[in-house]
Amino acid sequence: MQTIYTDVLVMGAGLAGERAAIEAAEAGFSAICLSLVPSRRSHSSAAMGGMQAAMGNCAKGEGDCPDVHFADTVKGSDWGCDQEVARMFADRAPVEMRQLAYWGVPWGRVVPGKGTYYKGGKLFDKEEKEENRGLINSRDFGGTAKWRTCYVSDGTGHSVLYTVDNVCAKLGVEVHDKTEAISLITDGVTCFGCVARCLRTGELRVYLAKATVIATGGFGRIYPGTTNAVICDGGGHITAINTGLVPMGNMEAVQFHPTGIVPTEILVTEGCRGDGGTLLDVNEERFMHIYEPEKQELASRDVVSRWMTHHIRQGKGVPSPYGEHLWLDIRHLGEKHITGKLREVYEICTSFLGVNPIHQLIPVRPTHHYSMGGVRTNKDGHAYGISGLFSVGEASCWDMHGFNRLGGNSLAETVVAGGIVGKKIAEFLQGAEVTFNSAVIDAEVKKQQERIGNIIRCKNGTENVYKVRKTMQDTLHKGANIFRTEQGLTECVKTLQETLERARKVGLKSNGLGVNPELSAALKIEGQVKMALMVAYGALNRTESRGSHNREDYPARNDRDWLTRTLAYWKNEKDDLPTLEYEAATQIFHIPPGDRGYGKSQIIQAENIPAAPKG
Amino acid sequence: MARNLKFNIFRYNPQDPESTPHMETFSLEETDSLTLFIALNRIREEQDPSLQFDFCCRAGICGSCGMVINGRPGLACHTKTKDLPDEITLLPLPVFQLVGDLSVDTGSWFRELYDTVESWIHTSKTFDPNAQEERMEDAVAEAIYELDRCIECGCCIAACGTARMRPDFLGAAGINKVGRFLIDPRDERTEQDYYEILGTDMGIFGCMGLLACEDVCPKHMPLQNQLGFLRRKMGITALKNFFGK
Repeated sequence: MQTIYTDVLVMGAGLAGERAAIEAAEAGFSAICLSLVPSRRSHSSAAMGGMQAAMGNCAKGEGDCPDVHFADTVKGSDWGCDQEVARMFADRAPVEMRQLAYWGVPWGRVVPGKGTYYKGGKLFDKEEKEENRGLINSRDFGGTAKWRTCYVSDGTGHSVLYTVDNVCAKLGVEVHDKTEAISLITDGVTCFGCVARCLRTGELRVYLAKATVIATGGFGRIYPGTTNAVICDGGGHITAINTGLVPMGNMEAVQFHPTGIVPTEILVTEGCRGDGGTLLDVNEERFMHIYEPEKQELASRDVVSRWMTHHIRQGKGVPSPYGEHLWLDIRHLGEKHITGKLREVYEICTSFLGVNPIHQLIPVRPTHHYSMGGVRTNKDGHAYGISGLFSVGEASCWDMHGFNRLGGNSLAETVVAGGIVGKKIAEFLQGAEVTFNSAVIDAEVKKQQERIGNIIRCKNGTENVYKVRKTMQDTLHKGANIFRTEQGLTECVKTLQETLERARKVGLKSNGLGVNPELSAALKIEGQVKMALMVAYGALNRTESRGSHNREDYPARNDRDWLTRTLAYWKNEKDDLPTLEYEAATQIFHIPPGDRGYGKSQIIQAENIPAAPKG
Repeated sequence: MARNLKFNIFRYNPQDPESTPHMETFSLEETDSLTLFIALNRIREEQDPSLQFDFCCRAGICGSCGMVINGRPGLACHTKTKDLPDEITLLPLPVFQLVGDLSVDTGSWFRELYDTVESWIHTSKTFDPNAQEERMEDAVAEAIYELDRCIECGCCIAACGTARMRPDFLGAAGINKVGRFLIDPRDERTEQDYYEILGTDMGIFGCMGLLACEDVCPKHMPLQNQLGFLRRKMGITALKNFFGK
């Protein structure tokens, strides 16, 4: 068995993982990132729109500062976030944007002079100041008081990921791509690394490390239709869940993005609406201004997605062979803008839909997009339950997003949290000594070899992994979608429990040799169904509506009983339900719970909220 | 009536001692808006679960799914079957090491490239977290991004006559990458530094000017212009070196 040692082992080589690895490398530690795909193909590259940071350089961003960014983030989270973490994030974000500029990101820059912009289909004037010429520019995104989203055309994630990966290459951070972690090595107290499967040969390898980081992104692929890449399958989360010790935070907080295209569920960026695009119904009429007179198309994503679904239910959807949808209209932005700052959108529409967005409407509907929940960590990114295990980025529940994240805040989180957590990992490593116990390592390897052998030889059954996966996805889609009810969720949980039984009986049809894709899928199906159950069971038990979690039978946000974060454990391997525990959403209230200024306003008030600290 | 599509797919699993390279045929009924992403996944899930191929973003952004589609390198995810004949032949990209079936190892190839061309900003400045960012004209930023848009799918490498003959050739993707840093005012490398990377047969002088790279590039990168520009620039540097400054 090949065994590789490193100071820091990062699962995932997207922006969060690589950014954290850079901090460790700069502090003199060795770092290896494992990745299912070459690092630059990580899903960070698909984030088009941009990163929120209060630079305040552009005319419509004037007066912006971390305080305003922080307030927008807390409101966006529907007071579900950890306010201390959101504060750290907002304060650090501008510095991180400058750090990226120093490393080579070609940020869009301020061009002085008069210009125009669209909002709600109407044209407005603005003037950029000469003194700000050449500073980092920002565009408008949903749920924000100011234009705050730093961007590189509509390839922000791509450009930042390439830059950060270049820095990794420079610093000697190794990327072992086509490598998949399949289990953590732990004695129940400390994490020692992981067992990984090589996706070039199918062989198992052991990685030993003083600090292990889960930075594997979201887990959207447990839903049937999602904007997420096919690698966003929860593989990293599963390794943590299977320890029985590490809780997943707020798994029921699932974001649906307003503009997934129909069919294929590919995302078109929020920048479309930020730059002035509008949503139209079957009559080609705008409707968001009726529901949200103030923010209109640029209310937060949970709110816009909910109103879109509501509007379709009112009979205003556009019928199609792929179900009802609405239209996104960016025609008025003009050819130069669409083929320039929205070029990826133009390419996606023309190549996947055969629609030319300069002249035609884009078919869109709310589509699964983002997981606010994930591996629960403290503010240093250290996972609950096991020492030496960290998590960062979308994989984690750090938790600056609460029950809804704002557009542009997740891509920013990857690098900001990556920097902060990376520094904490380096501190953790200073003087940290770990004794590796070979018995623990060997036992884990043996367990994984047996598990693989059993699946290949159909020892537990012959269930077809793809069929089980489809049942799981469809069940979740039906029961744990934008609008949720007790009846729907109860049924969903029950079906998922049956699906879990089937997942435990999966066996291969093919021979399982080498990089067998059926084996890859089979190795994580049981864990995926467990995650689906965490989503559905958490949603069933949360009898309120908050952010993206919307219970039709409990429409109010209930700050009296539910100003909490769900912690879902899978305590015993053979359990058929997660164990739910709860903790306070935040220890410190800089902003006490209140009205968001958009969305519904039904609130059951909390009785004892500590006042905001002075200063 | 829906067409019945015939897929001829290259099969070989190097980890299976009984496997030998061969073509295998699969049939699939065409549905609305069928792409090769959907088709290959259906074949895997319904007909042969061992079939290997690479997809990631499935939106033409990440560059994972380069393969030879009816003789031409391209991204499978955004290839619609309605633009293809009834018979579709799929082969893995040449030049890159085969992992199995349609899956190849582009990661190692590109990772080596980053080290060869040192694809990072070379600067003597240090980062000051308390200082305002250095200014840059927006037009300069846009020009850099124009060259930064490459998704490293490897199609230009697979279609390149030189890359097929010389394993150390940087290819259009590699040469373009150097060009990206050359126009970046933050990078302090001199013309001579760039000449040492590009001014050989491994670099710009290895290019035979066949320009299939530009033809097959799924992101429509301006590779022809870029190769021409760098060839002139490196040619001038070579002359300067020859005649002295």
